[in-house]
Amino acid sequence: MVDSAVELRRATVKRSAWWYFRRWPVIPLIILAILVFVGITAPWLAPNDPIKTRLPERSARPFYQDGSPYLLGGDHVGRDVTSRVIHGARISLTVMIVAMSAGMIIGTTLGLVAGYAGGLTDEIITRIVDIWLGFPFILLALVVAITIGASFTVVMGLMVLLAWSGFVRNVRADVLVIKENDYVAAAKVAGASNLRILVKHIFPGTIGTVTVIASLSVGGLILSEATLSFLGAGIPSPTPSWGNMIAEGRDYLQTAWWTSVFPGFALFLTVMSLNFFGDWLRDRLDPKLRQLD
Amino acid sequence: MGRYLIRRFLFAIITLLLASMIVFGLSRLAGDPLLIYAKPGGYGMSPQRVADLSKKLGLDKPLAVQYLMWLGRVLTGDLGKTIVSETPVSRLVGERIMPTLQLGLTSSVFAIALGLPLGVISAVKKGSVWDYVARIIALVGQAAPQFWIALMAILLFAVTLGWLPVGTSGPDDVSFFSWAKLRYLVMPTITLGWGPAAAILRLTRSSMLDVMDSEYVKLARAKGVSSNLVIWKHAFRNAVLQPLTVAALTLAGFVTGAVVIERIFAWPGIGQLTINAVWNNDFPTLTSTVLILTAVYVVLNFVADIGYMWLNPVIRYK
Repeated sequence: MVDSAVELRRATVKRSAWWYFRRWPVIPLIILAILVFVGITAPWLAPNDPIKTRLPERSARPFYQDGSPYLLGGDHVGRDVTSRVIHGARISLTVMIVAMSAGMIIGTTLGLVAGYAGGLTDEIITRIVDIWLGFPFILLALVVAITIGASFTVVMGLMVLLAWSGFVRNVRADVLVIKENDYVAAAKVAGASNLRILVKHIFPGTIGTVTVIASLSVGGLILSEATLSFLGAGIPSPTPSWGNMIAEGRDYLQTAWWTSVFPGFALFLTVMSLNFFGDWLRDRLDPKLRQLD
Repeated sequence: MGRYLIRRFLFAIITLLLASMIVFGLSRLAGDPLLIYAKPGGYGMSPQRVADLSKKLGLDKPLAVQYLMWLGRVLTGDLGKTIVSETPVSRLVGERIMPTLQLGLTSSVFAIALGLPLGVISAVKKGSVWDYVARIIALVGQAAPQFWIALMAILLFAVTLGWLPVGTSGPDDVSFFSWAKLRYLVMPTITLGWGPAAAILRLTRSSMLDVMDSEYVKLARAKGVSSNLVIWKHAFRNAVLQPLTVAALTLAGFVTGAVVIERIFAWPGIGQLTINAVWNNDFPTLTSTVLILTAVYVVLNFVADIGYMWLNPVIRYK
């Protein structure tokens, strides 16, 4: 009797662990937590200076083979790939947090205004977004980066320009529904200003959508930065970003595969985790966006 | 429908004009075009010579006039000359357009041929090994950067195994359909098509799952229609509309993908021309190729929209 009860309890515990594992994005969250931690503590965590070249260690083999001093090997000028991957996380993290937030704020504001104001304002904003979405962005970014010159600030600015447009349509669609609610009409009757209605009564209803869009599009944003850096129009060398590391390793695939493989793998893990997390969040918060894919 | 079409067409034109303005404006932002031809002071450019040259090139006119002159030249096919070799850009573009179209075509075929059937199988046999294989393919295609997949493919199939060539489009003196030529296409096609294939796969899977759950499919099953017939005749034909229109949209993504993939595989197309122009600071070439690729992108988007409208009665009858 007691035995079977214990047995049953065990089974329940076992199932619930598995259940949580299936229900929550455990692995993606762990990977993202590592990314954030590594990005923040990079200067202390990295075993070596990521920019210092040490010619005797050029193309040093990974995993400390043959007396190599580096865990993930050395690149073609003897810089530590481990430290460069760690510091490269900062770029992706900045894209993820700074560029995404700025884009989110701009896009959400425009969406709120377009949906609430309606009429000509709505028409203009919606059309701008339509036209913007019709651009092959990476190409224009290439031209911008070459003419103005690639730098950290320029790349982040470009990422903001890429990020904002995704929010406008969905936020606007939400506002169109929310503003018909009785409580909005009540606020208006009570004499609340338009700004107050927008911020206090309408905006909270769009937070779910905004969060979902942000988490679904942030992976693509990180890939865009990496693509720009890979093409030589992003973060300029010697500052390590995963994209420019892969580009630099490209010519040494035969002799030093690790210079391209490890940063690419870090990029893959990050984007995959973000995609998983975004999918999960969407299913949780906003089932009607499920068809968005 | 007619009104929507005209509206949509106007927006495509506006997008193109805006793109041309941005490209033109940026190329001017890069500095006085005269300095591209001669550094000041260095090559004995007298003020008189500078004035003559500006007049000859039309640089003494207001910027708006210069823009219109440039647009007029571009529309009549005069794309200017490259800075280094002074070859007409239109000739370079002409030489390189075929390889890009070829790669775009094979990748589209690959993306659809992989994405659609796998999407259907993964929906029909949900939870099976096939479903997991399909989902892993989709996962990698959407999360791994294209250029990294390309490099990994080179590392595995060219460097380690030696099965496939590292790059270029192969020798010119052999038949197009021989293996000696086609082997050069394998890796660029797969790496360029993988991402779109993943998108198509996911969409097909979810729309198939939706349709398989609908009442008319259940009725078909209940009245004893064979399982294959239900899947391919009843469900698939309805489920395929959305993924196909999205496929047209993802094809527009080939435009940027081509730049990356052509660079990695040294594929002699427009994308490589673009990236070389970037590295050489060759503005006449860069503005032309970016403009051409933007035009392709806008046209593909337009076609996708029209296709979607045509397939979607809700919009069609509005």
